[in-house]
Amino acid sequence: MITYVLIILGAVLVNNFVLTRFLGICPFLGVSKKLSTALGMCGAVIFVMTAASAVTWGLQRYLLHPDGIFKLDLRYLQTIAFILVIASFVQLVDIVMKKSAPKLHGALGIFLPLITTNCAVMGVAVLNVQLKYSFPKAVVFGLAASLGFALALIIFTGLREKIDRANPPRAFQGVAIALVTAGLLSLAFMGFATLVK
Amino acid sequence: MDINTILITAGAIGGVGLVCGTALALAAKFLAVKEDPRVEAMEEILPGANCGGCGFAGCADYAKAIINDGAAINLCAPGGAEVLDAIAKAMGIEASVEEKKVAVVMCAGDSDKAPRKHLYNGVADCTAAAAVAGGDKVCRYGCLGYGSCANVCPVGAIEIKKGVAIVHPELCISCGACVSACPRNLIKMVPISRTIHVLCSSKDKGPVVKKACQVGCIGCRMCVKLAGDAFEMDGFLARRNYDIPVENEGIVEKCPGKCIIKRGDSEDPAPAKPETAPEQTEGEASETKREG
Repeated sequence: MITYVLIILGAVLVNNFVLTRFLGICPFLGVSKKLSTALGMCGAVIFVMTAASAVTWGLQRYLLHPDGIFKLDLRYLQTIAFILVIASFVQLVDIVMKKSAPKLHGALGIFLPLITTNCAVMGVAVLNVQLKYSFPKAVVFGLAASLGFALALIIFTGLREKIDRANPPRAFQGVAIALVTAGLLSLAFMGFATLVK
Repeated sequence: MDINTILITAGAIGGVGLVCGTALALAAKFLAVKEDPRVEAMEEILPGANCGGCGFAGCADYAKAIINDGAAINLCAPGGAEVLDAIAKAMGIEASVEEKKVAVVMCAGDSDKAPRKHLYNGVADCTAAAAVAGGDKVCRYGCLGYGSCANVCPVGAIEIKKGVAIVHPELCISCGACVSACPRNLIKMVPISRTIHVLCSSKDKGPVVKKACQVGCIGCRMCVKLAGDAFEMDGFLARRNYDIPVENEGIVEKCPGKCIIKRGDSEDPAPAKPETAPEQTEGEASETKREG
């Protein structure tokens, strides 16, 4: 049990995907202007990352690993196979969601294709392999990593909304002040570095 | 390199791809959601910039709104006249070209003409200035000139000249952001062809206005007498009725309050029908300027 708690704390706070590992910076900067869109993005990321961890874990274990079905060492195909499977999986989810849950699709729909090949999604899949996680651990890690992403994105969006209203000097407006803010936020998250040993 | 390695690699990735592809193809076939073909056609017409200028969440949403909810078809600013025509054709509606509107600050009391009653030394923001003892101008209605409107203007069309905001009509993109930014509600959206304005918003009686500003409306009704329906009285304040052009431009000189001011070219005396839009050329000229 304690390992799961540690995995979650580690992925959300200590090794936050955005602020410590610097994965998923693109949506972090891209959709952080309005809280409503940021929340939509968070929902999509949580969904995709958790599901992608499960799918890629299966792929790695039963196809690419030498102990898999074909008894072949295909681990060198990891990156390309993961991208292929994650992308198709997200497309599939998109189609299914459109059919079965149009409301949810309306809320997450635009963000799903955007994060198919997001590096945070890819990163969690590869890290699962590198850290040799079991299936439940991999899924929890995926969920925790995406929650960490969501936490960072929501904090950052809140900051940016406030900063925009505070009328920064013209030279700093827009991306410049956003990058400075992201840097400071990342520094703040360094405070968690010794939380889990 | 062993030929087997290549074959295995190709086979593995190809196999995974085939499985995924088949799954997607099946899903697309059996789980397809019927979309209104007209919506798709409309999406093709719209520029696809997803700027949100129409007030909808992107072009697809606007396309849906046009087809399903009968949203106005003239909301796409980047598309301009071409897209409007195309939408109109697709929908079978007559395109009504609305004349471009520009913001006008209804105050001309600059620092030479409208005295200040105290020294405001706070944040350079009109809302803040208006909150301190009712603003630092003697006139309770006039422009404070701290540039709240200029700050929200996305294209920098508003200039603060001698403590009064002035909108440059050729730069204005008629977004209306400044209208809601002004704490004194001085900014009105006005058809671009109308160049004669009552640049005063003071509803006070004549003597009070006189003390507060050299170019305030004293409510003498001269403009209503001389230029007829182009002006109307709102209490002690004359207001311009922009539906009707001013034919007697002499009123600009004759206004005793000197608050009727002409900016730019003469108004077209032709009866103003929004559809005919005689000022089209002017509107287009500024349109191209904006794009360039």
